[in-house]
Amino acid sequence: MKYISEFRDRRAAQALSAVLATEANPAREYHLMEFCGGHTHAIFRYGVQDLLPPNVRLVHGPGCPVCVLPVSRLDLAIELAERHDVILCSYGDMLRVPGSRKRSLLKSRALGRDVRMVDSCTEALTIARAHPDKEIVFFAIGFETTTPPTAVAIREADRLGLANFSVYCNHVLTPSAIRSILDADDVRRLGLVRVDGFIGPSHVSTIIGSRPYEHFAREYRRPVVIAGFEPLDVLQAVRMLVRQLNEGRAEVENQFTRGVTREGNVKAQALVAEVFELRRLFEWRGLGPVPYSGLRIKKKYAAFDAETRFALVEKPVPENKACECGAIIRGVKKPTDCKIFGTACTPSNPIGSCMVSPEGACSAYYRYRRQLLDRRPAAEPATATG
Amino acid sequence: MRVIELLDGERARVEMGGVEKTVSLTLVDGVAAGDYVIVHVGFAITRLDAVEAKKTLALFAEIADRLNIDLKLESGDEVHQ
Ligand code: SF4
Repeated sequence: MKYISEFRDRRAAQALSAVLATEANPAREYHLMEFCGGHTHAIFRYGVQDLLPPNVRLVHGPGCPVCVLPVSRLDLAIELAERHDVILCSYGDMLRVPGSRKRSLLKSRALGRDVRMVDSCTEALTIARAHPDKEIVFFAIGFETTTPPTAVAIREADRLGLANFSVYCNHVLTPSAIRSILDADDVRRLGLVRVDGFIGPSHVSTIIGSRPYEHFAREYRRPVVIAGFEPLDVLQAVRMLVRQLNEGRAEVENQFTRGVTREGNVKAQALVAEVFELRRLFEWRGLGPVPYSGLRIKKKYAAFDAETRFALVEKPVPENKACECGAIIRGVKKPTDCKIFGTACTPSNPIGSCMVSPEGACSAYYRYRRQLLDRRPAAEPATATG
Repeated sequence: MRVIELLDGERARVEMGGVEKTVSLTLVDGVAAGDYVIVHVGFAITRLDAVEAKKTLALFAEIADRLNIDLKLESGDEVHQ
């Protein structure tokens, strides 16, 4: 696999690891947050933490799109799926996330509701054309990478005059979430989470570019290095962050030059700006309401907004008491701090969202580190979902 | 993923590791067969810059080579010119 397997080379990984060991100052600690779930997954899958000096710690951030969606928003999707005239289309992982009262989209489907898993929002358009008698709702989640495709789908529906297609929009923004982590009491006042620098997301940054991070790297004095998803990319990004911290710099650097520019994908940005606008406030699981961190569909395309079309109103939902996803998403706790990790909660029977997606911290811990971290007997073996 | 051929309706057939699929090119202008693109949820989101990829790899190779020599010297092996 060209331009992929080379970035997983073991020998180069050992070399980078050895260089890092000489460059990291043993007299200090480096706490680096990887924001993106894709990085979380790669870090566990390739054992990146084991290649780092003990004083360089990776903190897992809120970059798993499935994990950060509040249960109240998921409940609305489940409610939509209950309607007999609706076909609800969603990306795969979302189907297994537990909603309130032990419901999930997968269970709705088992009960005979029409819930379909799609790999791309364009499939939802195809379904809409094939079923003019039904209301097709696309349950849109994700960060800046998944937003432009949704914008394309809405424009396409508009062009085709598809009156039976709408989007339940839950798209969120990366920079506002990073800012909210740095503003949180856990970091600022309580010092519960220490974040010295950020490994910036790769795919998100192909769209937004590296520029949006510049402002907060300056304002919060934290370096950001945008990194690719392969293990060598992550290792090199860690090295670049260690160097910046050693030299007292807080800049935005780009390790993923093969995919990211400063400007990003201008065409995709324009499409997003055409279809979406900022919500004043959007609730995140773990982070709470974050100002200007979510998108909604503009008035111009209101006909395609499922929230207006079906008059959806959120109801507050208490979180499952045992589940520590909220604290894990903020980087305050580790999956193994959760009492039911690996026992009542496993990938095949997830209690919280962090155990569902392969990008979630609990799922990544369970699959790749359980043997090392925890001697508690596992309830059942992990199943491959990703 | 490598672009095999362009299709109508701003789409392309792409391939990676023997797996082929059809993706939308709506978000990226000027893609040609033979280009590498990064794909997310069925859409090419950017072209992969092969020159930059090679630069990054060259940097890794340089570190590895440099280190190999060091390691050999440390372990007392002879370095043959
Ligand atoms: S192990 Fe399960 S219940 Fe515990 S924090 Fe993770 S997802 Fe939540």
